[in-house]
Amino acid sequence: MARKTVEGSFAVAEAVKNCEPDVAACYPITPSTHVAEELASFYANGEIKAYIATEAELSSMSACIGASAAGSRTVTVTSSQGMALMHEAVYNAAGMRLPIVMIVGNRSLSAPLNIWNDWQDSVTERDSGWIQIYCENGQEATDAVPQAFKIAEAVSLPVMVCFDGFYITHAVEPIDVPSLEEVKKFLPPFRPAVKLDPKNPMSMGEYAFPAHYQLFRDDLQKDMVASEKKVKEIHDEYAKMFGRSYGSGVLEEYRSQDAESVLVSMGSVCGNAKEAVDQLRAKGEKVGLVRLRLLRPFPYAAVAKALEGKKIVGVFEKSYSLGALPPLYGEVLAAAADLKSRPVISSFVGGLGGKDVTVGNVLELYGKMKQGKKLVEWV
Amino acid sequence: MLEIRLHGRGGQGAVTAAELLAVSAAEGGKMTQSFPFFGVERTGAPVQAFCRIDDKPIRVHQNVYEPDVVMVLDASLLPVVDVCSGLKKGGIVIVNTKKKKEELGLKADKVFTVDASKVAEQYLGRRDRVNTVMLGAFAKVTGLVPMDALKKAISHRFKGDVAEKNIKAIEECYNSTC
Repeated sequence: MARKTVEGSFAVAEAVKNCEPDVAACYPITPSTHVAEELASFYANGEIKAYIATEAELSSMSACIGASAAGSRTVTVTSSQGMALMHEAVYNAAGMRLPIVMIVGNRSLSAPLNIWNDWQDSVTERDSGWIQIYCENGQEATDAVPQAFKIAEAVSLPVMVCFDGFYITHAVEPIDVPSLEEVKKFLPPFRPAVKLDPKNPMSMGEYAFPAHYQLFRDDLQKDMVASEKKVKEIHDEYAKMFGRSYGSGVLEEYRSQDAESVLVSMGSVCGNAKEAVDQLRAKGEKVGLVRLRLLRPFPYAAVAKALEGKKIVGVFEKSYSLGALPPLYGEVLAAAADLKSRPVISSFVGGLGGKDVTVGNVLELYGKMKQGKKLVEWV
Repeated sequence: MLEIRLHGRGGQGAVTAAELLAVSAAEGGKMTQSFPFFGVERTGAPVQAFCRIDDKPIRVHQNVYEPDVVMVLDASLLPVVDVCSGLKKGGIVIVNTKKKKEELGLKADKVFTVDASKVAEQYLGRRDRVNTVMLGAFAKVTGLVPMDALKKAISHRFKGDVAEKNIKAIEECYNSTC
């Protein structure tokens, strides 16, 4: 393992390379990150087996589906509009139970046109049947890559590794990138139970009549829910081997066990929130942070347990659902619904289109939450 | 934690300069972070880049609003951008300019100037390649990054002749900042 001071995108690309993918298929739409560019240069240098430069993102996902169905370890990289363009095939990948890994540099959706960070691109795909992991920094995103392949291949479901555009994709930080040899010890070769094979012809992604379609979707749902355990197990296994862990693998409780007031969030803003928590703790305020790592499957029981006994909860998210409750807020409300004494739960939406959410902003949130009233506000 | 903000124009390499600063500081054993803020992504448009240096791991991911050090790669930005915005008391501003610091009218306690464009023209053949050159000024004024670490970072980033020319330019800039 070598510590490098590198851009998050480069470290993530190197982690992808060290997982020895058979096929990478990408279209670096604007806005994109350096991950796809770096994978293309790895291919040019003979360091990864195949890189398909497709003509659009829908083709990228379609190429991934074909490659994965043929038994290849497969990866793609996207952001924003590119991800939106993939939509149809994103559902196909999950429905066909293909363990594709998608690296997502989270960026906003048009219109207005905007290239900066928020989570609207991947949160929009939350119902597609992909496991979604959200990372706080470049190190976590790098570590999430080998975990993602292992989870995907263990449960036959595709996995997204999501990390914040600019804040993490473009940030140069000291990052330990696991080497090829180390990853080999953690991640076994991909040996799918079924695959497309000319010697043993079969069809995949078949037509399903009304009598059968729903059975497939029901299976998908059950396996998605069950995959939470595997995400945790594989996280723990990685932590043991590499010495770095991220809470329980499902969520991270930061000084929240004895807290009265807790903020729930995801991604890079949680670094700022940890700073704010430390400042308020130094003044004697009982505040904490619950950082969600897994958005799908949503860890309802783990969130409920983390919020048990709290008086005040605030949910901060860089995503929303027009005409409805913000997505993360809705999930947290549901998770807390059966708690004996329910906390007051407020919703804060912000950071859309790259609007900077600073330590100062988070301090203000804790200040507002202290009033003990339910708030629904923009930051 | 020390926070640095770089102001430049698209194409001058402010982002690369911030990265080289982070890499140099890491070479010197520090924890670092750098990242860019692009406005419109085109040549000549004002660009900001940020760098943080600390003894402990850096958790925050946000723009730099209250810098300890500001570097201005292009003096033509001075009438357009408030480069001293949020500058900490006792903060340092380093400007690439031919002018004397008194002529700049900057509201900062410590202003340093260097004709980095001239050095860049002399050693790199282009007046707009001032990003690496300015790091020499940063090393001298702040003492935060040892020249050896800076040279090492340059050698990682650039190869052979290009690395050598950049190192010479940085040394020249180190000596001519006042």
